[in-house]
Formats: sequence, C-alpha cells, structure tokens
Amino acid sequence: MDVKDYDIGDIDMAWCPGCGNFSIIKIIKRSLAELEITPSDVVFVSGIGQAAKLPHYLKCNFFNGLHGRSVPVATAIKATNPRLTVIADSGDGCNYGEGGNHFIHGIRRNPDLLHLVHDNMIYGLTKGQASPTSMKGMVTPVQVDGVILEPFNPLTTAIALNASFVARAYCGDQDKAVDIVKEAIQHEGYALVDMLQPCPSFNEINTYKWYKENTYYLEDDHDRTDRSKAFEVATDLDRLALGVLYTREKPTFEGQQQVYSKEQTPLWKRGQHDPDTLRELIKKHRD
Amino acid sequence: MFYIIGISIVLAGQAGQGIQTVERLLTRILKLDGFHVFATKEYMSRVRGGANSTEIRVSSEPVRAYVDAIDILIPIDKEAMKRLEPRIGTGTLIVGDTSYLGDVNNLLEVPITELAKDLGNKIYSNIIAVGICCGMLDVDMNLAKDYVRTFFKEKDDDIISKNVEAIEVGFKRGKDARDTNLISLDISKDDSIKDDLLLHGGEAISLGAVAGGCNFISSYPMSPSTAVLVSLAQKTEELDIISEQAEDEISAINMALGAWYAGARAMITTSGGGFALMTEGLSLAGMIESPVVMHLAQRPGPATGLPTRTEQGDLALALHGGHGEFPRIIIAPATIEECFYLTNESFNLADEYQVPVIILTDQYTIDSYYNISSLDPTKVENTRHFIKTGEEYHRYTITESGISPRGIPGYGKGLVCVDSDEHDQQGHITENFTVRKQQMDKRLRKLDGFFKNMQEPAYHGSESPGTLVVGWGSTYHAIREAINRVGDESIAHVHYSILHPLHPSTGDILNKAKKVVIVESNATSQFGRYIRAETGIKTDATILKYTGEPFSVEDIVKRLKEEI
Ligand SMILES: Cc1ncc(C[n+]2csc(CCOP(=O)(O)OP(=O)(O)O)c2C)c(N)n1
Ligand SMILES: [Mg+2]
Repeated sequence: MDVKDYDIGDIDMAWCPGCGNFSIIKIIKRSLAELEITPSDVVFVSGIGQAAKLPHYLKCNFFNGLHGRSVPVATAIKATNPRLTVIADSGDGCNYGEGGNHFIHGIRRNPDLLHLVHDNMIYGLTKGQASPTSMKGMVTPVQVDGVILEPFNPLTTAIALNASFVARAYCGDQDKAVDIVKEAIQHEGYALVDMLQPCPSFNEINTYKWYKENTYYLEDDHDRTDRSKAFEVATDLDRLALGVLYTREKPTFEGQQQVYSKEQTPLWKRGQHDPDTLRELIKKHRD
Repeated sequence: MFYIIGISIVLAGQAGQGIQTVERLLTRILKLDGFHVFATKEYMSRVRGGANSTEIRVSSEPVRAYVDAIDILIPIDKEAMKRLEPRIGTGTLIVGDTSYLGDVNNLLEVPITELAKDLGNKIYSNIIAVGICCGMLDVDMNLAKDYVRTFFKEKDDDIISKNVEAIEVGFKRGKDARDTNLISLDISKDDSIKDDLLLHGGEAISLGAVAGGCNFISSYPMSPSTAVLVSLAQKTEELDIISEQAEDEISAINMALGAWYAGARAMITTSGGGFALMTEGLSLAGMIESPVVMHLAQRPGPATGLPTRTEQGDLALALHGGHGEFPRIIIAPATIEECFYLTNESFNLADEYQVPVIILTDQYTIDSYYNISSLDPTKVENTRHFIKTGEEYHRYTITESGISPRGIPGYGKGLVCVDSDEHDQQGHITENFTVRKQQMDKRLRKLDGFFKNMQEPAYHGSESPGTLVVGWGSTYHAIREAINRVGDESIAHVHYSILHPLHPSTGDILNKAKKVVIVESNATSQFGRYIRAETGIKTDATILKYTGEPFSVEDIVKRLKEEI
C-alpha cells in the first residue's frame, strides 16, 4: 500500500499552522501503508477535540463519538468484529480527563486496540485550558495562578495496571514514531501510545524545542518485560523516555469471549439465534 | 371458619431467610398441580435482616394483579408482622406460633420453628411453610415431594430427604386444618395449565431480547434492572452473546453503540440514575442514527430514592433525556407476554428506524409473574436492516423517508463514517447551515411512517364511556381487575404499551369519554401531561400512587368509585 491510498483529497483541515497533528496524520498513514492495512479494514474511533478530528482527514471507517468515550466504543467494535483493525485516537483531555475511567478499565479489559493519545498537554479545541498532563505552574485563562495539580502520568498508570503495551512517541521524529505505532498496531492486546505533540497556539511551554531538549530514546537493551524498571523510567518527568517501555503478553478481551471459542466469524455474519435453543430456554420455565 | 375463593397467601421474613425459595417452590408446585398463580415480591435494599415478603395469589381462574388483602399470612419471624400490619384484616388467617407472634387474632397455631428444629435445623422453617400451604390447598403430595427433590438435587442426600420431610410435616398441618374444617378453600384445579410458563418480567425481557437477535449487552448493575443483565449473561453458554459489565453506565451505552456500528444487536439495561448518565450516549445515538435498545427499569427517585421499590416516575426522563432534538421510541410492556414480544420487536424497530428504543418497565414488572400459556420465539419476524456497501457509499444519504441505508464496517467496499458533530451525507463534520437543516429534517422525519404497522392501544369497554380509565405499562392488570370488581358498564379502559410516539387515535379516543381518569404510579401524572401536550386534552382526574408500592386492585377500586 502507498501513503496516498489514505488520502481523501481536498479537505478543509481545522488544525492550526505548525500543529503536531499534521505530523501525526502522516505517521498514521505511513504506519498503515507499511503494514498493508486497507482503509476499509480499519476503524478509527475518536472523541472530541482537535486530535479527534483526525479520522475525518484520511480514508478509513470512523466512529467520531463523544468527548472521552472512544475506548468503550472501540472495545465493543473490536469485540463485535475482531477482524477489524481498531484504533482509538484522541487527545490527552479526551482520554485522560473526560475518559479517565475508561482509560483505566480499557487497560484492564485488554482489547486488541491501538490507543493513540495526542498528548499536547493542553485543551486545544476549547482554546487553551489545562489538561490532565499540563505541567505544574502553566498559566492559562482558567488556571490563572498556574496549574497546581499534580500532572497525570499515563505511563505509570498504564504500567501499574499491567497494560499489555506501553509506549511514548514524539511526533517530531516521524521515522521513530512510525516504528512505535506500527509495533503497537501489530501488538495483540491493548497498546497505549502517548504521542507527544506541540500545540503552537496554546502551549508555550512544551514547544518543539522543549521536546527536543527534554526527551531521549530508550537504549536497545531496555528490557521491556521488566515492569519495575519500566515503572521507574516512566516516573521520570525531567527527561521523558521515548520508545516502548513495557510489554506484557496477555489474552485479549475479545479472545476470551465465549462467542469466539469455537469460531471467529464476526457477529454480524452469524444468523439469528437458533429457534430450537430459544424454545428450550423458554421451556425451562415450565418448572 | 374461613370460606375463600381465590386466595392470597403472603409469606414474610427477613432477607436471607429463604422467602425467595418459598416463593419459587410454592408457585411451581401449585402451577404444576393445576392452580393459576400470581406472585410478586417486595424487599428491602439490604442483604440480610429487615422485612421482606412475597404475595402469592392462587385461583381457579387467571390472576395477574397485586392485591392488598391477605387471606393467609405466614410470617417466619416477628418483624414481618409489624410491617404488614396495615394489610392484616379481620379475615386474615395467621399461621405460625405464639412463641414469636404473641397473641394475635385468627391464629392457626403451628410451631414452625420447633418443627424445623425437630428436623435438625431452623432453616427448614421455610420449607415447612411451603408444606402447610400445599396441605391447605390439597396439593398432590407426591408431586410436591418430587418437586422438592428435583429442586435440591445438587445437595447432599441427607439434606434432600430433610427437605422432603419438612414438606411432609408442613403438609400434615395444613391438611389437618382443612380436614377439621378450620379452613375451606374452594379452588378448582385446571389440568390444561400444567405446562404453562412461570417467568418474571425481567426474564421475559431477556428472552424477548434474544428472540429479537440480541447478541451484545453492556450494563452496570443497578436494581431493579440487573435481572436482565444477569439473565443474558447466563445465556452466553448456549447463545452467541457478548455480555459485559461496564465500568459505568456511560461506558455501557457507548459500548452498545460501538457494537451496533459493527453489526451487533446490542442493548443496555439500567435504572433511573444510570439512565441519567446514559443520556449523553442516548443523544449520540440520535445524532449518529444508531439503533440501540435501552431497558429502563424504574424505581422511585429522585436520586437513589427507594432502590428496591416501584414507580412510573421516569417517563419524563425517557421522553426528554438527551440534549438536542431527535426521534426515539418508548415502549412500556403491560404484561409478561408484552415484555417478551415487545422487547423482541424493539430490536427490529431500532434497526429499521435507526433510533433508540427505550423499554420502560419498573420493579413491579421485573419481579412479578403469573402463569402464561406460551411464548413463541419465532412469532415476531426479525428483519435485518444493514446493507452491503459499495465504493461510493455515504452513511447519511438524504432520502424521502429520512432513513439512510446503514452500512457496517467490513461488509462491502464502502467506508462507514459516523460523527457526533453535525455532518454531511458522507458523515464528515460540517458547519454548513443548509446541510445542518437538511440532516435535522432527515432525522426528524424518520418516524413519520411508524404507525403503519403498529397496534392501537388496548381498549376495553364501551366506545363512548361515562368514565374512561387511561393507563400505561405495569398498571394494566390492576386496572382490569379493579374495573371488573367495580362492575359498572359505563367504565372503559384504554391502555398504552407504546407511549411514544403517541398513537394518533388518542385525541379521538379521549374525546368520546365524558370523563377521563388517568392511573399512574407517580406523583405528577407524567403521562397525563404528555397526552395534554400532544393532544391538548386535559385528563379530568388522576389516580396516582407514589409510595413506592405497586398499585393494588383495592387502591384503584376505591379511587374509581370516588370518581364515577
Ligand atoms: C461532555 C463534553 N464536555 C466538554 C466538551 C468540550 N470540549 C471539546 S474538546 C475539549 C478538550 C479537548 O482537549 P484534548 O482532548 O486534549 O484535545 P485537543 O483539542 O487538545 O487535541 C473539551 C473540553 C465536550 N465536547 N463534551
Ligand atoms: Mg490536548
């Protein structure tokens, strides 16, 4: 497949000049193309925010649902039709704020998804309020004296919950980001990619320059099965580690459903429930 | 001597004392022996202690409604008596022993606890109570013993034989009372009902759902709606169903929408508080034009209210829940049969019209049952409404009916794009005002053809009545029996099981009556106000109950007599 196969032609994109989302959409297209996934086999599920508009700008099936709710929707789509490649794709506010509970329980369920979080450490669409990942002290029109809340750490949270794949990427490094995203898509089970992204319009702290200076790539010998080590790396907020921090093979949510114990056919392809079985179930109520 | 035709037996005790086992055993044994039965339970929101009771009506004819009157009361402990005080009349025979009941009128002295202890354990008290009832009703003893044996078949032999003995001990006491003419119960048996079904509303809803092709349920536990989740979860062995307990109701409804999007037939089950959390998702279903079936089992609110009690207080929530304007269908089954068939139908309606269908029940419906002859899982023809998409597929194509062919991802060459933002025909986000209006108009005309194939509201009695009683949902049988008891030919009854859209015949029906009286289990007559909003007709009188208890036949008789 070619990157162009995901182009939808002339469309009015709602992103600001210099926005990290332009890089992220390229990273996504390249990853899908290199993995030979056809547009009709992939479903993007997004919430609301600037990040969440991404599925509108490429050729794919999409469910652009409510703010914060992409993970439950994506989980159900994958469970209903495991043949689809499902990507939950939204912003940091969407996933870690409004959807925080789904983030936690999505990890516990372990559906085979890529959970891609555009982490610009700000609420972009609503014009620059603090997000759960905003750094302490960041002044916004709402956080007038600067953020006083401890920043939410998605990576330590995911590792603490024994997530099956935990990674951090930076959209300014496309090649490396593509490698991480591809691996996350191929990974069987829930895969978090926290994608660091500058927001030139509202986040004056976490700029392209800041990311360059405050991130580093994990060494090749990093042992991703070592949970304590991964946790330790993830706690470091002075220097943000990039790469795959932690992986853990686990049975998937859909893989453990009774409906797939005998056959893999998606639910829509199966007929109605067998009337004789239904009659038997009803008959049980005779005594 | 008590001479009673068609009786009500109430068994009462603390949570954890096995009242539910008694209800189950007794209703099954009686039905298998040819008695018509009705049962409903009321219980406290706790796991142990308190005072719970179950009412079982036994009759020669079908009985389907709750009555206040208690003919035979079997309290397994003292607390139960206090709570049931208002329902104990001069005709109530109380069965038990003075050791815990003290000095009461009309006592049939049976030292239940002592007899149980003689068998080795107090826990046999409830089975002795079953035996007493069987003896009084002249039940086939062997049938009762066989049933008990099968019921406890998983237990040790010793326990099984103790339970059979308990039935015998109780039976003898009941039969003695009968033989000595202390009581006379003139209830005839009807062999033709032995194969009838006994299932409560919750079970009927879940069977209706699978008959309708339901293969996905995501929900969060909340009384009294949980019965449906449990029942569907337990069918995942035999049927292709994915059942998931979500982390909250918000997740549950969003999962259901994801499942429909990918081609499943999904439902959720919840109660008022959970439904309130789901309203954003309900609105999403409206916008993306997703089918979804939502079972809302009502309990009294506001807030946590009375978790285990009944009310019809959430009609306004079902009607108006969710921001923005979008079409929906609201159904309120009036009978066990309707719990089954209308739930089945809900999946087809949701799929055909691409709208949310809300099934409005209540604790009373969920927990009550009576014998019914049969349920046919193939009676409602299931129709599937998604298409194989072509390359140029657009999810929101403007059509005359407003219904755009629904594709699902992975079936056909097209891309299926749905968006909670206002969108164009392709499903892409838009802020074009013309497109916005086109899509709004498209969505809002989807139900224009809805009544083509739908049944009229149930109507009983004269077409130009003196008094027309209007009811909806679970009050049906209580109203029927009350009108029969009042015995006045000038009273008619119209009953709604499909609440919204309101049947277009409503104005005409109401206008023909001299006086319109509405019966609702809520404080503000929500259906009455809705009818007025839709037809301009104001009901003349209301019969409302919102204590948390179901309407009894007597409640309605009393108020009806005041109104005619
Ligand atoms: C229930 C709800 N609450 C609030 C909003 C408003 N809202 C839209 S996007 C957004 C935050 C977006 O931040 P983020 O998810 O980080 O995305 P970004 O725009 O930064 O990409 C908010 C608060 C909404 N759409 N729905
Ligand atoms: Mg953001």
